Amino acid sequence: MNAIQLHSSPHAHQGVAISHLMQQVLLACVPGLTALVFFFGWGTVLNVVWLVLLALVLEAMVLRLRKRAVALHLGDYSAIVTAVLLALALPPTVPWWLSLFGITIAIVVAKHLFGGLGNNPFNPAMTAYAFLLLLYPDLMTRWLLPLGVAESVPTLADSFAFFIDVEPEFGFDAFTGATALDSFRNQTSAQLVSEFWQQNPLMSAWSARGWEWVNAGFLMGGVYLLYKRIISWHIPASVLSTLALLAVLFYDGGSSASHGSPLLHLFAGGSMLAAFFIATDPVTAATSKRGQLIYGALIGLLIFVMRSWSAYPDGVAFAVLLGNSAVPLIDFYTKPRTFGHQK
Amino acid sequence: MSTSTTRTVWPIPGGIYPLDHKQQSLGTAIRQVPLPSQLVIALRQPSHAPAVLCVNVGDHVSKGQCLAQGSDATGLSIHASTSGTVLSITEHAVPNESGLPELCVILQPDGENHWTKLPALADFRNYDAARLISRIAQAGICGLGGGAMPSATKLRATLLNKVHTLVINACECEPFITCDDALMQASADDIVTGIQILLHISAANRCVFAIEDNKPAALNAMRAALTDSGIELVVVPSIYPSGAEKLLIYSLTGSEIATGTLAVEQGFLCFNVSTAHAIARAVVHGEVLVSRITTITGSALVNPGNYCVLLGTPINELLKHAAVDQTKVSSLIHGGSLTGIALTSNNVPVLATSACVIASTAAEIPAAEPEQNCIRCGFCTEVCPVLLLPQQLYWASKSEQLQQATTLNLHDCIECGACSYVCPSHIPLVQYFRATKADIRIAEEKLLMANQSRARFEFHQARKAAEKIQEEQRRATRATLAHQQLEQTATPSLAQAAIAAAMARVKAKKALQDFAAAVDAASNNLTTADSQADNTAAYLPNPDQQDDSR
Repeated sequence: MNAIQLHSSPHAHQGVAISHLMQQVLLACVPGLTALVFFFGWGTVLNVVWLVLLALVLEAMVLRLRKRAVALHLGDYSAIVTAVLLALALPPTVPWWLSLFGITIAIVVAKHLFGGLGNNPFNPAMTAYAFLLLLYPDLMTRWLLPLGVAESVPTLADSFAFFIDVEPEFGFDAFTGATALDSFRNQTSAQLVSEFWQQNPLMSAWSARGWEWVNAGFLMGGVYLLYKRIISWHIPASVLSTLALLAVLFYDGGSSASHGSPLLHLFAGGSMLAAFFIATDPVTAATSKRGQLIYGALIGLLIFVMRSWSAYPDGVAFAVLLGNSAVPLIDFYTKPRTFGHQK
Repeated sequence: MSTSTTRTVWPIPGGIYPLDHKQQSLGTAIRQVPLPSQLVIALRQPSHAPAVLCVNVGDHVSKGQCLAQGSDATGLSIHASTSGTVLSITEHAVPNESGLPELCVILQPDGENHWTKLPALADFRNYDAARLISRIAQAGICGLGGGAMPSATKLRATLLNKVHTLVINACECEPFITCDDALMQASADDIVTGIQILLHISAANRCVFAIEDNKPAALNAMRAALTDSGIELVVVPSIYPSGAEKLLIYSLTGSEIATGTLAVEQGFLCFNVSTAHAIARAVVHGEVLVSRITTITGSALVNPGNYCVLLGTPINELLKHAAVDQTKVSSLIHGGSLTGIALTSNNVPVLATSACVIASTAAEIPAAEPEQNCIRCGFCTEVCPVLLLPQQLYWASKSEQLQQATTLNLHDCIECGACSYVCPSHIPLVQYFRATKADIRIAEEKLLMANQSRARFEFHQARKAAEKIQEEQRRATRATLAHQQLEQTATPSLAQAAIAAAMARVKAKKALQDFAAAVDAASNNLTTADSQADNTAAYLPNPDQQDDSR
């Protein structure tokens, strides 16, 4: 007889590994990424490639320092997912050194200093994003005008110029401008929402030009993840419904003090990316289904609050990080009743 | 009353849908395994009380003769599976988790297969419950589904608790196992007789026969046999682990058996279908438990199938008979693929609980993947059929926070393996939980011992103190008496008085020294007891303590 395997029961496995889950998440990013490229040029793709490369190198280095099996843990794809999510969140105009700084914070500080995959209390991509936003507010809010507002998107050469931090042919300002959410919150208070909407070329018929398709792309990816049962509906549904509900409550018929329509909130900025890809990061989310509903609602609430009453045009990163910090508390109070026990 | 299959079934929480691998062993009818050259009959008892042997080495025994009996009321009688000679009574490897050998009777068959049966109680309705239970005890019937609980023990509990529902468990939800399926197809009538005996003993108002929907042939056989029996046939969906007793009762009735209690305390009596069959054979035919149907399966076999095997048949004989290809075997499992035990050796005997033996190839049961970090995905929580938080239990287990594990209801874990099955990080969760359960048990035993020592010591101290007081009282009485006598007699001389005074001083000094020594000894004992108690307390860490080990 051969060498017999000795293993404690069960002796069967479903066959789904972490790497499989992470690959599906990457696949689901494709529609959103495509929309970003269509409306804002190649900058995001450059970021993705650069950040994935850096993430793998950094992850391998830290794993080596921590004396962990490098191949095993690199093969879980988690570093790649962090890199891609950060790249999708960053403006397509950021220079290479900014993203280098960002991914170092994500992989080394936010992930491995807390004990590596599974032990980090805060989402690494969002931790990096928040750091960068605080340290380099100008670069981090230097968004491009979407196609349709600008006459054309930057060429690959222009995007590369942004990337290596040299001035493109027509200057930085030729492409860049405020985002829809940004200009919405900076609107002069005398205007009614309907007036602003008609006058501002950043606004489309129902949401923000370009951004509506980017968000639709991430929504599509999210639906794919739901269909594949990689994520459950609880967190995204709770984030989006809370956001929409608050937008309805504060819409006040579109007066000058309004904070924007529900569709604007759902389909502008990072709403869909946050709801389906960031808040659903299992490591940093609540675990029970009831807890996930509370966690999602908290993030939805914080996104709306920050968009409406903070100094930042979009508050996704801070909302997620604050949500992360509430997770231990939520988990503690949402323990399910064990079978055969009274609650 | 007619049988019905349209009853509401309460879906169990969680559960998984593994590949069932059942078809490969269902191709043929039940086959007989030829008499092996030697039988190894394990004397394992359900409790810690050892079996009491009824035979000696060299004795010739007939088939069905009692080899050993339980030493108490919960014990299990063990019988010779065939006629032959007792070669030795020794420790032998058996299928168990620990891998430690257990006491076995090694029997050399004489080939006669001479069977001494008990008198048949064919008309079982003429006997009262006590008589039938004693027959079931005598026949050594135990739970053949895997529980191994002596059936008589289970039935005696019905004399104290009123049973309203008898549940017959024919779910057989675990992958690979088809022995109950085959038995139902072959012996449906005996099964129904067994159920009627159980109904007669328990006086239950109703009986529910539960079968999973993945056994159409067995379902048809049972449906035909159960017609007009008053027994309700319920088809439950195929989901693992639907056949776990408390979960099955929930599926059928919506009642949850409270944690730490037995089903019978809430009026449910649950028996496996093959146990019901064995009971019918014991009561109606006077046959003690000497054989069972075992599924011998796996892709490393040419002839997988269900075999009728004598208890004690070595598993290597079974594999040989099923034409095993030794070069293909990558794991050998006793039981199903989700709760079975991986065997280190094929030189172990078939037990009453041996429902299945899997000789699998590497493709069928791949080697375990390396364990990765928990990513808190919560898949384990979704599939846990008893609504535990396996991932939190894993943190508690890994950091040896026994108190925290207890608070998270670790003891309600049925070790079904659903959590490990879905874990994308390949964490052997059940293995962690078993280890932690053992740690908790050890800590509890240590605490109990420490408390007992402390109680003994304190009692000893109290007794000593009481004796001292009594002694002093006696001494005082004596002194008073002596003083009175002294006064009554003539005035003593000065010399006598001086001697008496000196003697009294010496006595007092001696008493003082004794007392000091006693106090020293006592305080030493107390320190030892305290440090023991502290050690025990260290095994049960404070739940508030933060886990800083990760």
